[in-house]
Amino acid sequence: MKKVFGRPEALTDVPFTYCPGCHHGIANRLIAEVIDELGIREKTIGVCPVGCSVYAYLFFKCDMLGASHGRAPAAATGIKRARPNSVVFTYQGDGDVAAIGTAEIVHAANRGENITAIFINNAIYGMTGGQMAPTTLIGQVTQTSPYGRDEKTMGYPIKMAEMLSTLKRATYISRVALNKTANIVKAKKSIKKAFQTQLEGKGFSLVEILSACPTNWGLSPVEASKWVEEKMIPYYPLGEFRVPEEVE
Amino acid sequence: MGEKILMKGNEAIGESAIRAGCRFFFGYPITPQSELIAYMAKKLLKMEDAAFVQSESEIAAINMVYGAASTGARVMTSSSGPGISLKQEGISYLSVAELPCVVVNIMRSGPGLGNIQPAQGDYFQATKGGGHGDYRLIVLAPSSIQELVDLTSEAFDLADKYRNPVMILADGLLGQMMEAVEFKEKPKVELPDKKGWTLTGCEGREPHCIIPFDLDPVAFEKWTNNLGEKYIKIKEKEVRYEAINMEDAELIIVAYGTVARIAKTVINNAKKEGINIGLIRPITLFPFPEEIIASTAEKAKNFLVVEMSQGQMVEDVRLAVEGKTEVHFYGRTGGMIPSQEEILREVKRYL
Repeated sequence: MKKVFGRPEALTDVPFTYCPGCHHGIANRLIAEVIDELGIREKTIGVCPVGCSVYAYLFFKCDMLGASHGRAPAAATGIKRARPNSVVFTYQGDGDVAAIGTAEIVHAANRGENITAIFINNAIYGMTGGQMAPTTLIGQVTQTSPYGRDEKTMGYPIKMAEMLSTLKRATYISRVALNKTANIVKAKKSIKKAFQTQLEGKGFSLVEILSACPTNWGLSPVEASKWVEEKMIPYYPLGEFRVPEEVE
Repeated sequence: MGEKILMKGNEAIGESAIRAGCRFFFGYPITPQSELIAYMAKKLLKMEDAAFVQSESEIAAINMVYGAASTGARVMTSSSGPGISLKQEGISYLSVAELPCVVVNIMRSGPGLGNIQPAQGDYFQATKGGGHGDYRLIVLAPSSIQELVDLTSEAFDLADKYRNPVMILADGLLGQMMEAVEFKEKPKVELPDKKGWTLTGCEGREPHCIIPFDLDPVAFEKWTNNLGEKYIKIKEKEVRYEAINMEDAELIIVAYGTVARIAKTVINNAKKEGINIGLIRPITLFPFPEEIIASTAEKAKNFLVVEMSQGQMVEDVRLAVEGKTEVHFYGRTGGMIPSQEEILREVKRYL
């Protein structure tokens, strides 16, 4: 019998530790599928920093480095500069990319580091139990915005993809979502494009993935996917903000 | 080879690092070490299979070091006072992940922004960990430009040998001073193979993971205890010091770096006055040369520790002496350097 569906080779057989309904698992799988399709598993080095991404090293069957909170783009820079022929990706959350590690992502993009950043934006700090993220929506209730995020004192949610796309050396920048099949298909295409950008030596790529965190949002998995559609996507539009052609 | 070149301390470190095979440098400008980062830029940007990045911050620099070190490359960063403080989280990660690298601290006066004059106030930070958690760096304290050259080269070997970050702890005077130096051909040192742990892509093998944590306390205790055993081995094998004029010395000065240099002149000047004093100069600050201090203390010598700080290394001297004799202290701070006259005056107080 012909096998038509299986576990990607770039995933280990360790069961995901993510909560039910969390989109991290989908994101992990898509990255693994892309790695398989591009045939790059044996030359890929992943960097997972702190947050729910901390366990990613258990799931990807390639060389992995655990980095400190926010510093994955700097660590990835070190790896890529030392090994320009390796494929280097980071797997970071919104606290990582948009708060503590803003400087690292901005400057890695600005230098045009030939790496791929996968940025999971779920509008909350998941690992620490549901505190406000820089990407938390206005009015959204979290442990540290118990009365809802108030822009007057907490600012507006940061649109990282748009912000980074103002940088000339940021080659491929997109935002995708995983809340329904059509979006998942598009997300995979975008992740592939990001890795291809790196493989072609064109420079920095980042895919922002809008993801559900049912546990910390206090929603069921189904409601959480709906919340991505109804609340997140209107504020965080999907699409490609920079593509290699535009850069050339 | 054998030729002497006049070089500034900071540049001599850079040249020695490159000759030791360091091809990757990540750093951020700060006085009084800026000539080092400039030297690395000038050289590495023109070299094949090398990289220089002026990072966005000290934090980014040390994490770039973390990344490059994970691939097995010889890598270095340098800074001074405030910049070294910013790097501490990264140094803690490098230590637990057992990644070899060299970190240079050209000490300036602190705390705070302090000033850019030489000081030795970062002794505690360098030798007692500095960042969070339970770890040690190998800390080398040169006291001449030649020694900066020799110890920089040795730092890379020690880092690889023990899979541990090594800090070169010098001060602004050494960084800025010019002296004639020689880059000697070193005998080849046997070092452990890195292939078993480096991140190079998993072609033909199982993937490698370098992870700076373990949530299981039983497993993490074992991990940190293994680090502890490594530090004991380092203490047994890597202590380096210079002891001069110890025979019949009425008093022993303990000093490192720039201060030790001044102390050597003091010893000569004292001789002319008929006063016989000795010097113990730790070259490794971790591991600290406890044994020579302890055995000297048995002969009931007076100790005078001189530092450009409020008194930091003096605590380690007292620990080694264990109350067997008196340990006095003289320090200058704020970027002031103790003069020969001041030190001799202090010596005379305790004779």
